[in-house]
Amino acid sequence: MGRFIKGGTVEMYNSPSVKAFAAAVGKKEGDGPLAKHFDYIGEDITFGAGSHGKDSWEKAESVLQQKALSLALRKGDLGENDIDIIFAGDLLNQCVASGYAARDYEIPFIGLYGACSTMAESLALAAVFIENGLGGNAAAMTSSHYCTAERQFRFPVNYGSHRTPTSQWTATAAGCAIVTPRMPESPPPYIYSVTFGRVKDYGIKDANNMGAAMAGAAYATISTHLTNTGKTIDDFDYIVTGDLGLVGSEVMYDLFDKDRINIKKKHKDCGLMLYDLETQDVHAGGSGCGCGAGVLCGYFMREISAGKLKNILFTATGALMSPTILQQGESIPGIAHAIHIGNG
Amino acid sequence: MNITNKEYGEITKRRSPNTKAGLSFTKAFLFGGAICVVGEAFLNLYTHLGFTRIDSGTLTSMTLIFIAAILTGLKLYDKMSKHGGAGTLVPITGFANAVVAPALEYKTEGYILGVGAKMFTIAGPVIVYGIAASALYGILYYIMR
Amino acid sequence: MDYLWAFLIGGGICLIGQALIDYTRLTPARILVIFVVAGVVLTALGWYEPLVDFAGAGATVPLTGFGYLLAEGVRRSVDSGGLLGAFTGGLGASAAGLEAVMIMGLIVAVLFKRGDKTT
Repeated sequence: MGRFIKGGTVEMYNSPSVKAFAAAVGKKEGDGPLAKHFDYIGEDITFGAGSHGKDSWEKAESVLQQKALSLALRKGDLGENDIDIIFAGDLLNQCVASGYAARDYEIPFIGLYGACSTMAESLALAAVFIENGLGGNAAAMTSSHYCTAERQFRFPVNYGSHRTPTSQWTATAAGCAIVTPRMPESPPPYIYSVTFGRVKDYGIKDANNMGAAMAGAAYATISTHLTNTGKTIDDFDYIVTGDLGLVGSEVMYDLFDKDRINIKKKHKDCGLMLYDLETQDVHAGGSGCGCGAGVLCGYFMREISAGKLKNILFTATGALMSPTILQQGESIPGIAHAIHIGNG
Repeated sequence: MNITNKEYGEITKRRSPNTKAGLSFTKAFLFGGAICVVGEAFLNLYTHLGFTRIDSGTLTSMTLIFIAAILTGLKLYDKMSKHGGAGTLVPITGFANAVVAPALEYKTEGYILGVGAKMFTIAGPVIVYGIAASALYGILYYIMR
Repeated sequence: MDYLWAFLIGGGICLIGQALIDYTRLTPARILVIFVVAGVVLTALGWYEPLVDFAGAGATVPLTGFGYLLAEGVRRSVDSGGLLGAFTGGLGASAAGLEAVMIMGLIVAVLFKRGDKTT
């Protein structure tokens, strides 16, 4: 049984094992620096979801999520019936990418909304679920798609709108991780502790500067996690954030500087790793649920599994707003959840 | 550590780069100017063909709308506006792009509620406030002339 | 010579738009509304007509020119038809452009496949 510490942290005594993980991405992501770490790179942005002229990007995103799930199942040598529950979410209204992905499977399904923090949210819930002996295998998965996010949150894709330098590029990517109770022979990665974050709003209103709006939540959750578990940043190889991008990362460094913590030397941001910022024209970096999910399930899980990394604190951040409420003049609240993943 | 929204806003402002004004200004000027030159060429062409001044202007607008709509369909207009900025937004071609892009985008939701209903999601306000302002002007003009 | 002025004035109007984007963080829709309303107001004040005479398409192609078209149409209609003209002139003068844009929207939606910008 895990121990719940006041402040949102759960310590796992049995440290559940991530039995299998997979990342499926689109072509642009497959052209980026992490290409060789992905399990699937789709050449066609519709991922075969529809025929010519009738393609739907929403359905394409579901197909991409299914790819990640089916690849993870295959890598873990698992069947559909072996999975006791799926925790999944995405950016779309009513979480349709996840719901429609799950309708082809006979697996109990919990739909989540944590915006771009969903990979951490779903993985943390899956870990808590398994830690407490509630099942044998729990899947955590999430996705995002450039075109679905663009048309829901900004403009039609072919509209010639101007992107500001602080804007980020929604990743077309999905990730899936399957968590299972740790046995003596269970291979890493293992999950040691998680911290569920609080919603933090520092009054940022610029929807083209999400990283900055979420940096405060990342700072708060990382600090809380370190305090609650009695660890320092030196206990980790990397403090990994989901999609703070160039601006959000800098804002977070400034916040930690006030506590005299130099987090910059330990920090990696999935949004800055997924693309080549010089050549791929993504402005301040990648974003979206799939950004953190793809880089975690594609790159970091593999590195931990291979023993190249020992401990990371994966902290995915999300902006909990909608275009409607921003039009009403509200600011952008951020959320972050942290997960300590390692191989010890 | 506690931080106020004001302090946070200041950090954000300090860390957020602005558009490189020099470059974006130059591009906006060049693209905008070039589109107007194309318009001028059509205007001269139609006048030369014997149309009245007003009709030539109307035909010029229609021609530019036609070209911009096709460029939107070919996915070239958004590529242009990545560089053009306001230079491709402000001319009537940008208005055409603002109507045609959602029409094309929302085809997946059907011709009635998708194409038909969403066509003016971006350009609608322009027409509404343009018409409202002109009607107000008409009333004032009627009273004061 | 008229091409040079069309280029300079048209480019200059777009430059104002770019300044609004870069320094005010106004959304594109707001900027377009500002331009059209500004066109109506400037025409009403009698300041836009000289610019059109001078720069031709340089003044009519930017969206301020759409405002000019609306205001001019209203003025002519009020002159010929009285108060009712205030409500018929705007759409009347811009009918060709608006119809063109709607019809082209339909045609492009039918004939073309949307792009994805991700390659």
